[in-house]
Amino acid sequence: MKKILLGNEAIARGLLENGCCFAASYPGTPASEILSSFVQMAKAAESPAMGEWSINEKVAFETALAVSYSGGRAATSMKQVGLNVACDPLMSSAYTGVKGGFLVISADDPGPHSSQTEQDSRMMAMMAKIPVLDPSSPQEAKEMVQLGFQISEEFEIPVMIRPTTRVCHSRQGVGLGEIPTPAIPTGFLKDPQRWAATPRYRLVLHRQLNQKIDAIAEKYGKKAFSKILGGKNASQCILSSGVALAHTYDLLKELKLENQIALYQVKMPYPLNGKDILEKINPHKDILVIEETDPVMEMQLAQRDRIKGRMDNSIPPQGELIPDVLEECIRKFAGKARETKPAPAGRPRRPTLCPGCPHRAAFYAIRQTFPNGIYPSDIGCYTLGLNLGAVDTVLCMGATISQAAGFYHAYRMKGEFPPIVATIGDSTFYHAGLPPLVNAVHNGAKFILVLLDNSTTAMTGNQPTPGMEVLADGRRGKAVSMEDLVRASGVESLSVVDPYSLEDMTRALKEADKACRSEGGGVAAIISRHPCLMDQGVEKKKRTERVEISDDCIGCRVCTDDFECPAIEMEPDTGLARIDQTICSACGVCIQVCPQSAINKVSSSGF
Amino acid sequence: MSFGLLILGIQSILVISNFEVFMNLQIAITGRGGQGVLFLTRILSECALQIGLDVIASETHGMAMRGGSVISTLKVGSFRGPLIGSGQADVMLVLDPGSYATFANLLSSNGIAFVNTASSTDLPHIDATDLAAKMGSPLMSNLVLLGFALGHDRLFCKYGQVEETAGKISPPRFKDANLQALRLGYSASQKEKA
Repeated sequence: MKKILLGNEAIARGLLENGCCFAASYPGTPASEILSSFVQMAKAAESPAMGEWSINEKVAFETALAVSYSGGRAATSMKQVGLNVACDPLMSSAYTGVKGGFLVISADDPGPHSSQTEQDSRMMAMMAKIPVLDPSSPQEAKEMVQLGFQISEEFEIPVMIRPTTRVCHSRQGVGLGEIPTPAIPTGFLKDPQRWAATPRYRLVLHRQLNQKIDAIAEKYGKKAFSKILGGKNASQCILSSGVALAHTYDLLKELKLENQIALYQVKMPYPLNGKDILEKINPHKDILVIEETDPVMEMQLAQRDRIKGRMDNSIPPQGELIPDVLEECIRKFAGKARETKPAPAGRPRRPTLCPGCPHRAAFYAIRQTFPNGIYPSDIGCYTLGLNLGAVDTVLCMGATISQAAGFYHAYRMKGEFPPIVATIGDSTFYHAGLPPLVNAVHNGAKFILVLLDNSTTAMTGNQPTPGMEVLADGRRGKAVSMEDLVRASGVESLSVVDPYSLEDMTRALKEADKACRSEGGGVAAIISRHPCLMDQGVEKKKRTERVEISDDCIGCRVCTDDFECPAIEMEPDTGLARIDQTICSACGVCIQVCPQSAINKVSSSGF
Repeated sequence: MSFGLLILGIQSILVISNFEVFMNLQIAITGRGGQGVLFLTRILSECALQIGLDVIASETHGMAMRGGSVISTLKVGSFRGPLIGSGQADVMLVLDPGSYATFANLLSSNGIAFVNTASSTDLPHIDATDLAAKMGSPLMSNLVLLGFALGHDRLFCKYGQVEETAGKISPPRFKDANLQALRLGYSASQKEKA
């Protein structure tokens, strides 16, 4: 039976069909749906397999790894920058190896579409010396789960599966198998020289790792390489992996080049069996390597003079390999004339915070209260505070707090003390905000920290946070209080406000400013708390009021330009503001923003 | 040997021409995040599977879903890659006229775009937002537009097939409204023809 599945759902299904008993993840586009689907499918199949949303990727990795140490099949999934957070256990676990099959699913985002980098997780696999499988479609991603577990158990090594955005978020008919009851972990067998190896034994483990990776290249490198298109007499060939292979396949057919160019798929880009590959492709005169995003396969192949790819700029060194980009590369490689393509005539609409988003109110108050402030921020929906001019830096998870401290120290050396207002979401705070907060307090930094608490991980599809009582599978968990954590970090000034009241929010900001400038002041924190309107779990109040604009509007554009609410637009004919009732949430914050008092709430009975 | 090859050759030509005439279709669906582009992508993918056609689709998730321009591409037939190159889309469903210019380069010279707009345009269009709002569900403009496009018979599937699929995959509380919206768009296209 076939079912239409998203790539991420196909991976989750593959995990369950192959007896994975434990999966852990932290949400991040494009990987988020793997864990949520795993949990839903396990529930539907009444499988005892467990999935958890961990506090961050490092914790997810280590928790799942211990299940593997105990003999169970386990997996951890994350986006590529999440793998950076989990890099420490990744490198070390390659040495210790695993017991139950262990998969690291790291979803890359060439483009990038929803990430701060275009990094190639396959490079990380290479650095760790673990095999990596690179699926070109949802169906293949599911099949690779089986292969991955097999290699992992045979060689007692973590195996990476590296899908990209276009695999994770593709939909395809995928063949389904049975979901068996997973084998329960047999138990942890003590072996200190392995699991608690000192440097002396680490050298031994490194030697074993090198032997494993050579053996995997020999045994599976050959199997994971095949010709999928092209006649025997093709003078040229392309070596490709991942979704770039799928697009290359379509293009070779569209350009009618199958007879001139043979196409080979590499399913395991590291470790390559270079000797075997070069032998097989030897009859072809020219070789082009097409892969996303870095030259992982290309670097492993000798015979540099025959091989084209990223390293000689035959393929652009950055950016997603979309069909238009690939077509130009393939035409050039085939000696075919270039064809000018119609270019997009318009720029895409920029994303915005939703109508009624509590973050918009908080950012508006921050910007109005401290027009000359420095605003470090972080990763999440609230990055879109950029549109309100209240976000100056976005580096990586948790960096807003460390950077606020750094800005404070930099300006102190200059003899200045500008208002520094750091913003961070609730999920990001739990993920990576605690160590920098303790550090900032301990080292005497002074700034305002606004914790934007919407009680969910909104950007990635409203996964629960450790501040909530609900777990990934709907069971009840223990909520860990944000207030308690902030206080325990040594923060003495803390207030909790609902940003929907701009007056309350503004007062809290001014008081926090006073507190950090007072004698003995330090980090002053505000929890700006209002639930995300997109969260299905939030009880929706029945709408009895709607927001309207009266004749007093003079078209000053404060509501559209400074407050930037997408539910308010300027009428082209009159130049006056108008509310789009189809998307307005009736939050009423704009009423407080309008300098003309031209926005009012009216009863919507009879609407 | 050469005779065998000849037969093989003819067969593959027949197969290929069948595919090209009846099966290979590239569809782009565009709009703003939140307009229901993903739901249309799901309906059409499921519909292709029901009919027994191969399908691969690509969706936009993540930050762009917050009101930014989003696009789904759907390829029915013998394709492996989920994305559409410039000038390759046979059909475009445009939920947000403001996003059209961004993606119009995908449309093939023989392709057709169905646009949801209140303004007049040379392209086949319908004020799906207004019709859906009058129906009491402004967020169902996506299905009104799909119904309208189905009436022009340029997709790989028929109205009845889509109606069946939409009924199956709609959440129960939205099912009736979804089907009503689909019908509304379809009837509008039929009235236009009459």
